[in-house]
Amino acid sequence: MTDASLEPRTAAIRPPMRFRETRRAIKTYSRSFSSMLGLVIVVLFLFIAAFGPWLAPYPEDAYGAVDFAAKLLPPSAEHWFGTDQVGSDILSRVLIGARTTLQIGVTVTGIAILIGVPLGLIAGMTSGWISEVIMRITDIFLSIPGLILAIAIVGALGPGILNAMIALSLVWWPGYVRLVQAKTLSERNETYVDAARALGAGPLRVLFVHVLPNCLSPIIVKASMDMGMAILGAASLGFLGLGAQPPYPEWGAMIATGRAYLPDWWWATFFPGLAIYLTVLGFNLLGDGLRDVFDPRQR
Amino acid sequence: MQRSAGAMKRLIIKRLSLMLVMLLGLAVITFTVTNIAPGDPARLAAGPDASQEMVEKIRVERGFDRPLPARFLFYLGQLAQGDLGNSVYTSRPVAQDVAVFLPATLELVLFSILIAVVLGVPFGVLAAVYQNRLPDHAIRFLSVSGVALPMFWLGLMLQWYLSLELGLFPLGGRLGIFDEVPPRITGMITFDALLAGDPATAGNALKHMVLPAIALSFPALAAIIRVNRAEMLEVLGRDYVVNARAQGIGPFRIVAIYALKNAILPTLAMIGLRFGWMLGGTVLVESVFDFPGIGLYAAKAAISSDFEPIMAVTLILGAAFMLTNLLIDLAYALLDPRVRNQI
Repeated sequence: MTDASLEPRTAAIRPPMRFRETRRAIKTYSRSFSSMLGLVIVVLFLFIAAFGPWLAPYPEDAYGAVDFAAKLLPPSAEHWFGTDQVGSDILSRVLIGARTTLQIGVTVTGIAILIGVPLGLIAGMTSGWISEVIMRITDIFLSIPGLILAIAIVGALGPGILNAMIALSLVWWPGYVRLVQAKTLSERNETYVDAARALGAGPLRVLFVHVLPNCLSPIIVKASMDMGMAILGAASLGFLGLGAQPPYPEWGAMIATGRAYLPDWWWATFFPGLAIYLTVLGFNLLGDGLRDVFDPRQR
Repeated sequence: MQRSAGAMKRLIIKRLSLMLVMLLGLAVITFTVTNIAPGDPARLAAGPDASQEMVEKIRVERGFDRPLPARFLFYLGQLAQGDLGNSVYTSRPVAQDVAVFLPATLELVLFSILIAVVLGVPFGVLAAVYQNRLPDHAIRFLSVSGVALPMFWLGLMLQWYLSLELGLFPLGGRLGIFDEVPPRITGMITFDALLAGDPATAGNALKHMVLPAIALSFPALAAIIRVNRAEMLEVLGRDYVVNARAQGIGPFRIVAIYALKNAILPTLAMIGLRFGWMLGGTVLVESVFDFPGIGLYAAKAAISSDFEPIMAVTLILGAAFMLTNLLIDLAYALLDPRVRNQI
């Protein structure tokens, strides 16, 4: 009943309010140079990931085309980033590798959220042994350096890009449990949740309509940061020879191959690393910027 | 005083028993990972080249012929005896390998933390004092980069430029081929050489660690700068600092003594947390610099599917991380009475 009587008023007020909120958010975000830099890098990266095969000057080089006549050429007008030991154009491989990198980042972060957020909500909304068990397991996972556990899992499953993604996903979820549990715990005693309960909202409605939306902004911020960190993790596994296998165009694996040609043929190592650095930097700056927008203390 | 000593004792007991539970959980994880591996765990432990007889022998030896729960108890029993299995690659017991390689890694990580703290704390202070001015922007850029730079790539670039091009540092390893390895006491060559009265070798060992330690320290450096800057900004705005300023106390004294003293505690906690991450990072850095520590050991084992060493390293690094966190928590309680009384 109360719901119905409130409906027309909120409906009338909402659109301009929301519009003003959005404008304020955009203003806060665009005021910061580093946030904008992050956004530009991420947009550029997404563009390259989408259109890499069409942007690359020699797309066939990404999948093991060999041209020994053109091997280990330094950067030039024809090959901006030079060529590698089998004569593949490094620029093409870096551009096409962006898609692999994006896939890894999205998959790992996505699976981590799918596992971590529900567990965090359960642990935060219930008390007693269920939440206790979830949090203890989370703590144990958080106490192992993630890269080591990922290496152990890849060691068990066997090297390869798919197994690397599985391993990273399995070590990435506990952070979300922590985050969502803490947020849920603090939200569930807020007055607005009590009010919703008093109005007769069931536990599921409280959870999905009232608590979860308020957990979204820290999740989004963390997801943006984690995109970068997951990309870094996958590149690390690739570098160790546990992730993508050459000649697959993955940046970490490219560095692993290129390092044998240092120092004279430095470009084979330099450019893929630069690509990793810029991409991770972009996602981190984006996350920082989003946090500034979402964090009410900053207003 | 009496009361707080009792509280401290209770806290220690509580944290120690919690750590035992966590260690058990850690063993469950490594055990599970071992057993999710597709195929035969006995064959994995025996290595790819083992004959069928050897596989069967290992199956009985390592308890792989029993049902899962019994196997887990068997595994725990072995761990309790310090038996971490055998390495196919080095054909030695893993515990022996770890005893050789772990001190090298500890030495590297300690050196690396030293770099991160010695640079990170002053940078954090500087950034806070010059908030939103050029030094702040520069230091924050360094801090953001520290998180985003792939550690292995940074290592390779340092190696390329500073060792191969300029020849300032050795390429890798722990000592030159002509250096005499000091008698083993701690296993950390720098300390052992000093104890043996050989500063030249100690210096050489340090020189070998400079580049890997810099590469390893970058993420921690970034984290320390960020935490210290934020804490300093908060503390510098407090009433007592304003009061000290009004009394005419010099700016250096205010920043370095009045403010930093209160900002350093969260930084300490961050250092402890970073210790664990650094242990993980050694896998990458040691691979780049061919530094014979536990990270390189784990990396080589993972590539050659040498199973028991990887699990052992996971277990040891996890336990080391838990232990550091425990120590940091206790140090925190010792230094900050509010935390102590809360628990």
